[in-house]
Amino acid sequence: MKRKMTVARAMVEVLKSEGVEIIFGIPGAAIYPFYDALYSSDIKHVLVRTEQAAAHEASGYARTTGKVGVCVATSGPGATNLITGIATAYMDSVPIVAITGQVNSSLIGKDVFQEVDITGATAPFTKHNYLVKDPKKIVKVLKEAFYIASTGRRGPVLIDVPIDVQMQEIEFELPKEIDIPGYKPKERGHPLQIKRAVEAIENSQRPVICSGGGVIASKASEELKTLVEKQKIPVISTLMGIGSIPTDHPYYLGMIGSHGQKEANIALRQADLLIVIGARLADRALGDTKITENMKIIHIDIDPAEIGKNVDTNIPIVGDAKQVLSEINKRISERKDFWAQEIKAQKKEIKEDGNLHPYDVLKEISRAYNGDYIITTDVGQHQIWAAHNVYIKEPGTFITSGGLGTMGYGVPAAIGAKFGRPDKEVISITGDGSFQMLLQELATIKREQVPIKIVLFNNTRLGMVYELQKKRCTGRFIATCLDGNPDFMILAKAYGIESLRLESKEKLKEAIEIMKNHNGPFLLEVVTSPDEPTIP
Amino acid sequence: MKYTLSVLVENHPGVLSRVAGLFSRRGFNIDSLAVGVTEDPTISRMTIVVNGDDYIVEQVTKQLNKLIDVIKIKKLNPKEAVERELALIKVNANSQTRSDIIQITEIFRANIVDVSKETLTIEISGDEDKIEALIELLKQYGIREVVRTGLIAIERGTKVITKSKSEEDD
Repeated sequence: MKRKMTVARAMVEVLKSEGVEIIFGIPGAAIYPFYDALYSSDIKHVLVRTEQAAAHEASGYARTTGKVGVCVATSGPGATNLITGIATAYMDSVPIVAITGQVNSSLIGKDVFQEVDITGATAPFTKHNYLVKDPKKIVKVLKEAFYIASTGRRGPVLIDVPIDVQMQEIEFELPKEIDIPGYKPKERGHPLQIKRAVEAIENSQRPVICSGGGVIASKASEELKTLVEKQKIPVISTLMGIGSIPTDHPYYLGMIGSHGQKEANIALRQADLLIVIGARLADRALGDTKITENMKIIHIDIDPAEIGKNVDTNIPIVGDAKQVLSEINKRISERKDFWAQEIKAQKKEIKEDGNLHPYDVLKEISRAYNGDYIITTDVGQHQIWAAHNVYIKEPGTFITSGGLGTMGYGVPAAIGAKFGRPDKEVISITGDGSFQMLLQELATIKREQVPIKIVLFNNTRLGMVYELQKKRCTGRFIATCLDGNPDFMILAKAYGIESLRLESKEKLKEAIEIMKNHNGPFLLEVVTSPDEPTIP
Repeated sequence: MKYTLSVLVENHPGVLSRVAGLFSRRGFNIDSLAVGVTEDPTISRMTIVVNGDDYIVEQVTKQLNKLIDVIKIKKLNPKEAVERELALIKVNANSQTRSDIIQITEIFRANIVDVSKETLTIEISGDEDKIEALIELLKQYGIREVVRTGLIAIERGTKVITKSKSEEDD
């Protein structure tokens, strides 16, 4: 039934119809009618301290719930501040809908106060975007946005709504179905290709599965495990694929690539068949494409554009990983031997030296929580330390900026994750460089009393680049020393957040217990040597 | 190697910039791009000529397909398609050269569409080689200006590229 209401009100009604319970954002003059309509709804609004954090929080929420995350900003700088968050979501295929206010439609193109062409600016890194000039189209556009963001290869969609459009009255009616002529995601893999894949796996001597973020996105972990255990195939993962299979699984060898685990890279080099699932094999994962030249490749991905983009593929399968793997599992036989047994056995044990190392901290966290948590990371050395040392039990509980590599992602993503999964402990692993990119979110944590735990590795360095300068620039260090860091404990106190500084190994267990038992947000600062390498 | 892609897109503002933007940010070279509305006013057709190898054309096709506004893409086989381009060429002409230029124009089955005391403007349609050949011949008189539409193409026979799925469509 049709009802008369303003566009702003209609926007809220569509969000409600999509099951939106929470929105992250900051109001502004060009989006105030929408906020006014939000006032009388029961959708929770989380006021962030910068719009970039709003997008990351929506992303953390989306990645833990499987729902679409929503963030809102005003026109001009509000909208441009969202950009890094939107690009981060695009690179990691995270479904978010970003709503931005725009200046009055009669003023568009005149460079008026707080005007920016945000649809033009975000076109390269949104799955799709809209500038809604016709009030009558708002309902259809919003419904389409949620559909596009959450189906096929998921990703961010932006909707820009001029303020005068928000205020106009329309006849509101939800569309019965969404039909976009140019958008028909293909979920079922081609039967012939699946048959070819089964034959290739059964005929291979040394198959390896490279599991990416797509396995987690499609909730295909059980199907992956079935295939792996039936065929005894070693699994290596990309950074985004961590958690697609438990990290203590007997066939899991670790993360590949320039910052990956040795065993995983050895297995990749020795493979005669590589099965890539939901991964694009970008440069960090596979720097040298010559590695794969002499092996057969099966590539399963919902996005056909990923197949053959970075590596040549023999058997391409376009489809949803869960659906394709279950079809493969129906046809595949059992294998007896685990060919990568010797490689797995070579796993290097790190020698104890009495000093406090990041891996000690991360292993202790894993032990104390037994994997019953959601981990978010920022970007830097701590990200790699976490990727190598944190025990990940369930898919979707290791949340990191794998594609864009956005410093500042971890803490806001943790806030979003905690709102999405209040039943779970959420721990954000960060570094002093990353943390300071968006530390104003401590205010959001305080205001909303979000009980997340922040583990901050402080080596007063931009560690990744420092390490690079040490190796490649013969120690000519420039602009990587973060002298002038604040006292993070005093900083936490200023925001009303409890904290603790950990400097010695003797206090490690006690510190983790204090953090674990603290009821509310907590910052654990771990003092780390600047010379601590990414990979020991 | 040049490839001709026939692309059906939704007839919205901003679609052309999305398509053109995709080419620039992915590092693909467009040789020409012609766009116009189809028999269905909600749909436009773009004819895009891409220079590259098989990998490039495959990537262009896949990346274009990802755009929500792109409905259908087909790589045209030059042997099974009619390809045309329209060009307007303004050339210097005086009493001594005018009749020569008119003769050349007739040989090429082109038309003179504008005349002034000092110039002739010639309209020609045809494939790229034909237009290049005429331009080459007219160079000796002094070309003042050339305007070209870029290639448009349509498949020969009964084959059509439509919004709905059919066997002919990629």
